[in-house]
Amino acid sequence: MSPTIGKTGAARLNSVGRLMLVPSVGALLTWMVIPLAITIWLSFQDYRLLDADQRHFAGLANYRGLFADPAFAGAILNTLLLILFVLAATIFGGILIALLVEAARIGRSLLRVLIISPFFVMPGVSALLWKNLLMQPISGLLGWLGGLIGLAPFDWFARQPLLSVSIIVAWEWLPFAALVFLTALQSFDAEQKEAAQLDGASGLSMFRYLTLPHLARSITIVIMMETIFLLSIFAEIFVTTGGGPGTATTNVAYLIYTRALLQYDVGAASAAGVVAVVIANVIAFLFARAVGRSLDS
Amino acid sequence: MARRTSLSRAAPATLIAWLAALLVAFPLLWALVTSFKPELDAIQLPPRLRGVDWTLDNYREVLADGAYYRCALNSVLIAGGATLAALMLALPAAWAMAFAPTRRTRGLLLWMLSTKMLPPVGLLVPVYLICRDLNLLDTRAAVIAMLCVGNLPIAIWMLYAHLREVPAAIVEAARMDGARLLDEIVQVLLPLILPGIASTFLLNFTLAWNESFWSLNLTSTQAAPLTAFIAGFSAPQGLFWAKLSAASMLSIAPVLVIGWFCQRQLVQGLTFGAVK
Amino acid sequence: MKRIATILLAAALSSCSGGNRDVTTLTVATVNNSDMVRLKGLSSAFTKAHPNIRLNWVTLEENVLRQRVTTDVATRGGQFDVITIGSYEVPIWAQRRWLLGMDDLGPSYRADDLLPAIRDALSAKGVLYAAPINGEGSFTMYRTDLFAKAKLVMPQHPSWDFIATAAKKLNDPAHGVYGICLRGKAGWGENMATIVAMSNSFGARLFDEHWRPQFDTPEWKRTLSVYVDLARNAGPPGMIANGFNESLALYAAGKCAIWFDSTVAAPFVTDPKTSVVADKTGFAAAPDAGLGRTANWLWTWALAIPASTTKAKAAKSFVAWATGPDYAKLVAGRFGWAAAPPGTRTSLYANPAYRKAAPFAEATLEAIGAADTHHPTVKPVPYVGVQYAAIPEFQGLGTEVGQQFSGAVAGTMTVDQALDAAQTSSKRQMAAASRQ
Repeated sequence: MSPTIGKTGAARLNSVGRLMLVPSVGALLTWMVIPLAITIWLSFQDYRLLDADQRHFAGLANYRGLFADPAFAGAILNTLLLILFVLAATIFGGILIALLVEAARIGRSLLRVLIISPFFVMPGVSALLWKNLLMQPISGLLGWLGGLIGLAPFDWFARQPLLSVSIIVAWEWLPFAALVFLTALQSFDAEQKEAAQLDGASGLSMFRYLTLPHLARSITIVIMMETIFLLSIFAEIFVTTGGGPGTATTNVAYLIYTRALLQYDVGAASAAGVVAVVIANVIAFLFARAVGRSLDS
Repeated sequence: MARRTSLSRAAPATLIAWLAALLVAFPLLWALVTSFKPELDAIQLPPRLRGVDWTLDNYREVLADGAYYRCALNSVLIAGGATLAALMLALPAAWAMAFAPTRRTRGLLLWMLSTKMLPPVGLLVPVYLICRDLNLLDTRAAVIAMLCVGNLPIAIWMLYAHLREVPAAIVEAARMDGARLLDEIVQVLLPLILPGIASTFLLNFTLAWNESFWSLNLTSTQAAPLTAFIAGFSAPQGLFWAKLSAASMLSIAPVLVIGWFCQRQLVQGLTFGAVK
Repeated sequence: MKRIATILLAAALSSCSGGNRDVTTLTVATVNNSDMVRLKGLSSAFTKAHPNIRLNWVTLEENVLRQRVTTDVATRGGQFDVITIGSYEVPIWAQRRWLLGMDDLGPSYRADDLLPAIRDALSAKGVLYAAPINGEGSFTMYRTDLFAKAKLVMPQHPSWDFIATAAKKLNDPAHGVYGICLRGKAGWGENMATIVAMSNSFGARLFDEHWRPQFDTPEWKRTLSVYVDLARNAGPPGMIANGFNESLALYAAGKCAIWFDSTVAAPFVTDPKTSVVADKTGFAAAPDAGLGRTANWLWTWALAIPASTTKAKAAKSFVAWATGPDYAKLVAGRFGWAAAPPGTRTSLYANPAYRKAAPFAEATLEAIGAADTHHPTVKPVPYVGVQYAAIPEFQGLGTEVGQQFSGAVAGTMTVDQALDAAQTSSKRQMAAASRQ
């Protein structure tokens, strides 16, 4: 796909290319890697912010403490469950909404405005709105709506804490998924579609054999993009459940927060941060294997 | 577009689409309604729409001390500055990846993306200490720098995807004409990927606007954006449903309006290279 | 591009405009409670009297404020000149010399007018390190109409047995009234404040004299069993998401028959503008279990000055004004006497105008007087603090234990499992803290 150019041209291009990469790579290295190096160094220290004078080398104690912490394995599991639920919900819901908007005849841009809106809401704000106005079992609207059809008020954050948090996060990311799918659908070859219709293909089989394959790469994109953000979901948990009940909604980002800013244990938080970086790179590697090809082709 | 789909088939789809869209936007619409109610009405169930003393008091109270305007301006400057800076850094990198790819390009891109997966709270203390020593605490510059670098990988990825969609023939034709590299970029490529740049800008602007960790922890007053503003309303004493709704509406209003006006550009550009 | 650059440049320059030599700008970090919001609103009276001092306010939700201020003070970031902290932080921070002493606020400050319990809670080694904005104890609020209808009489000093019986009798979910509202949101300052205060009345303690966590004792089992029983059988749904503010909203909307919580709730629940049960609310003391301690607690929000500030003089004159004896009059003039910041000064409670406007004055004063931060429990303890232990480990430990207790309310764990988990995690955290 690259333009064909001569050998010397290629060499020149490559050196220019390298030069062009310098600013970005440099910025990322300075602002990510220097703090990261400090974090790695701090992870070997016994460093409590409230007792900074007592700071000293602690060897692997912080890592040992982390892996001995019963909340840690649960936090990894919760992180994965949250990602899986939100991905499933936004991909399924996003495709559905994209198809509906594409099929709608009236006021399509107003439809898009409505659908796009949740994306512009700050995570903390949307968690506050869901928690207080909607999911609150006594004064929340959902409880009242359920009551209309004879359901007892459902205590969301006590009974299904992780699901409740996931619903809020899914609501925030649904617009993004829907818009990406909508963009993909708009590029769908209309003639191909009409030809299939004339051939008498049913709506369902058309979706199965035409639309879905066409969306495959968009789905990959949505998975990648959302996973990047979902790995460090924090504000929604902070506002609604505070990681509980028990540790039912403590994910890795929240666990690090409790270490760093509730216990002010910089060493332990740094160790957890380093582990989170390792996890992130493992996931990036898995991406490279599984879906990275769509970045190339 | 299937123009010839009969209206009778489209009508139910249109109806369902509207219902779905209203459902998605419902939490916001509900908060909007609540923000105009007196506090005691706001927590009444069954919810009332009639006989309510509709009021602007909540907005008046939230706007009372003028902090909102300063925070809103800071949000615009920070999100705008961070996004512009990210684009400036990203464009050359994306160009290099798209037109001078090496074996390492894919790995490089993934490495960049993986820097985004790291929970920021793990870096708080080092970054706070660095900012303290550089006298950057409570400056927009510090937040802009953090958010710029935070969103840089996404910007590079999106621009890279758009550049790869540029047909090779066009670039080659320009080269045949003996266009210099700079001309090639400015006169040929830039216009072609303008929609992509627009949507990259919008997406990253939104992400920067909504970022609440660095913007809250590195600022106090001078540089505090709307995420800090809303943190003062998240659980005040007394009844707060209506005031919270009003503060929420105000804090998302600017970006929401920008988003609405630019939704066409945003949608067109969200291809991430997935569309040929 | 050029215009944007100009705007950015102008903005950058304007942020450096503190260069005016004669004006001192104080950055004040506050929690978003109503007394502080009022103070912020009235502060123009101070700046008018001191034209060379300007105030910049940072108003944040309690948890965010705490993390923000602690990070800054501990790293000596120097962002704040006046900070709002609680009685938990003061002894710890004073010991680390992070705070300036407040013994020189001038004769008009009248430090001897401060309530003894409050002054004591904000002092270390006899030196005052923070000036109180408001003070609170805990007490029992109840609906006089519902009690009368059920032919129940609330004693002035109720026992937990009575509270449990009454709460279960008055629990009427079908009509949207729940027997008792309690804090359930996990956090050392939320559900743990309620539960630890309760535990004191049941004879429990957080640590013994050797700093060994005590969650494996029968006293704690009784405490948590009573709490979980009340929450599950007479509490509102959604209780594990309710902190003080959510509970206040429920009570003010007429959803709770009994509410055991802070005395700062009183001005809200007796104000017809913010409460539908303003004229139907009675007050009683914090419940007990006949062991000589009630479930009282003591908390105060106070203004302190970080040692890192370079503007100590201006900061002190602001603190003296904001917490001085004349400030209450300023509030009363604007919002009425009932809105005067409660729980800090003896003179306020001696003021007939205040006593007339505030039906809760007596109960508040009694609740605050009943708490003793140095002897909070039946058995002796090595720590200071009633519903918390003033040691750095407590906020992390308390919040983790609070999560486990909220799990017991949610039903994901039994009472025994929650106590086991609490004991294990506290032991782990205490061991880690002393591993040097």
